[in-house]
Amino acid sequence: MGKISLKNVTKAFGEAMVIPSLDLEIEDGEFVVFVGPSGCGKSTLLRLIAGLEDVTSGVIEIDGRDATEVPPARRGLAMVFQSYALYPHMSVRKNIAFPLKMAKMDAAEQERRVTSAAKILNLTDYLDRRPGQLSGGQRQRVAIGRAIVREPAAFLFDEPLSNLDAALRVNMRLEISELHQSLATTMIYVTHDQVEAMTMADKIVVLHAGRIEQVGSPLDLYRSPANRFVAGFIGSPKMNFISGAEAGKHGAHTIGIRPEHLALSTTEGAWQGKVAVAEHLGSDTFLYVNVNGMDPLTVRTQGEAGIHHGDTVYISPDAEHLHRFDASGKTI
Amino acid sequence: MATAHSRVAARFMISPAVLLLLGWMIVPLSMTIYFSFLSYNLLMPGMEEFIGFTNYRFFLTDPAFFAALANTLLLVGGVLVITIVGGTALALLLDQPFWGQGIVRILVIAPFFVMPTVSALVWKNMFMNPVNGLFAHLAKAIGLEPFDFLAHAPLASIILIVAWQWLPFATLILLTALQSLDQEQLEASEMDGANFGNRFIYIVLPHMARAITVVVLIQTIFLLSVFAEILVTTNGGPGYASTNITYLVYAQSLLQFDVGGGSAGGIVAVILANIVAVFLMRMIGKNLEA
Ligand SMILES: Nc1ncnc2c1ncn2[C@@H]1O[C@H](COP(=O)(O)OP(=O)(O)O)[C@@H](O)[C@H]1O
Ligand SMILES: [Mg+2]
Repeated sequence: MGKISLKNVTKAFGEAMVIPSLDLEIEDGEFVVFVGPSGCGKSTLLRLIAGLEDVTSGVIEIDGRDATEVPPARRGLAMVFQSYALYPHMSVRKNIAFPLKMAKMDAAEQERRVTSAAKILNLTDYLDRRPGQLSGGQRQRVAIGRAIVREPAAFLFDEPLSNLDAALRVNMRLEISELHQSLATTMIYVTHDQVEAMTMADKIVVLHAGRIEQVGSPLDLYRSPANRFVAGFIGSPKMNFISGAEAGKHGAHTIGIRPEHLALSTTEGAWQGKVAVAEHLGSDTFLYVNVNGMDPLTVRTQGEAGIHHGDTVYISPDAEHLHRFDASGKTI
Repeated sequence: MATAHSRVAARFMISPAVLLLLGWMIVPLSMTIYFSFLSYNLLMPGMEEFIGFTNYRFFLTDPAFFAALANTLLLVGGVLVITIVGGTALALLLDQPFWGQGIVRILVIAPFFVMPTVSALVWKNMFMNPVNGLFAHLAKAIGLEPFDFLAHAPLASIILIVAWQWLPFATLILLTALQSLDQEQLEASEMDGANFGNRFIYIVLPHMARAITVVVLIQTIFLLSVFAEILVTTNGGPGYASTNITYLVYAQSLLQFDVGGGSAGGIVAVILANIVAVFLMRMIGKNLEA
């Protein structure tokens, strides 16, 4: 079981209020991703849940029990750190078995659990090596192995993939998602990368300066962002924002339109502009277009567009996918 | 040093230094070996003659030699135990955040800057003196008989004095090691259910193994040759109770003017030091790798 609720939780480091009052419900078995820009308090929030930091005020409940004062080891949570935090002087086997040894589990059961974790994570051949002799991806798996043998109520991941190269990151993303499918245990995953959030999450929590901006499924956030911050943060390339007279026509302070919802034409359209940069990805083409009286617009077209730097193009927004924001940034 | 070429160049470039050091060592060593085979007494100049291993036989069969050997090992071992255990404890304390941390750290390091003769005299006259010493006053204050440390426990007293001098060194090295420990490892072990004791045994101590090895090796080199503290406190006595090998060599060659015998003792001391070094490297040298 792994139902976690935060009630009026705040956290201050001295004078600095890092997390002003925050409420959050995490259901059993959910894959929840905390996403937000660097320094917004994601790690702090995760460490509060883990018990590595004390809350300044508020209550943390795990499975309905007040866990605010419970020490980290007794909360039944396992954490995977960004630096992996493996024990360098122990073999992989001993690293994975460490939490079991601390729980004074008998040797046969320890061995059984380590073996099965190693099998799930493809570490069987590396059990007798030291962490220093492993690649980044393997170290990552050892850290996950050390977490799963404890059979915790929930897993906490703090940017676990940020030290891996791009290809490995995609692989590990899939492996963690598969692990979640097979274990069906609550997972809380912290990242600043909205792609990881969109691809892995059941539920995304968007944080900004310690506040929750919006909670919802990936597609909820994509389709109906609650405010301008979420609209700009979720989706890649970023949403275009247009303010001034053009926004006034739609009765808003600012309007937002995603690059994939702009129609491109070489003959006619709502706005005329010049292509500054064209990025040809094969499957897509990203165009950065300068339009008079607006910030540069990003346009995404499928396939090979045959448009290059300096070409004149016409752009029309898809009215159905237009987002309107008021002066405070709230969605209208 | 990847290529064969760069390896040759490196050897070539360090060779002057190696040769200089070799000469620096080999000249006095060969002279000492040479003297150790002579009958050479300063009271009878011009009477030197070759007498083979006689000096060695006398030195090694002298009962004072075995007493001095045991004292040397006790002194080195005792000081090592006190400084490593005490140094680890102090390092753990100093690593905690507290008010006035900077000043306390300087205070802890201070004994290292006091000359051995001075600190031994301070201990002898101001602390351990059975009439005027602080310990005697304390004992009298709680109604006990003052204890004459240097007369009744001379070796233990010297171990205490030397340990006091070396404690700062051990503390400093161990504290640096402690501060280089990755905090996330400690947090991970905390989440894994390790209490304070387990964290110390399984995470902190293995991390400090290399620093402890360095402390043991460096201190052993210096502790084998402790001399000033013995000279100013007990003069090796009573009897041979606080004589170590270094002091015995001094007593032999300068108090008895026997250069030949002293040289033989010196060579024996060199051999013993090497035996100790080999043992140490066997036991803990692997901590220094990788
Ligand atoms: N131990 C600490 N002491 C003081 N400030 C801290 C501490 N830990 C984090 N902070 C501050 O809290 C804010 C949030 O940090 P963090 O949770 O690490 O951000 P994120 O993980 O989202 O990048 C940052 O401004 C950081 O400077
Ligand atoms: Mg962080």
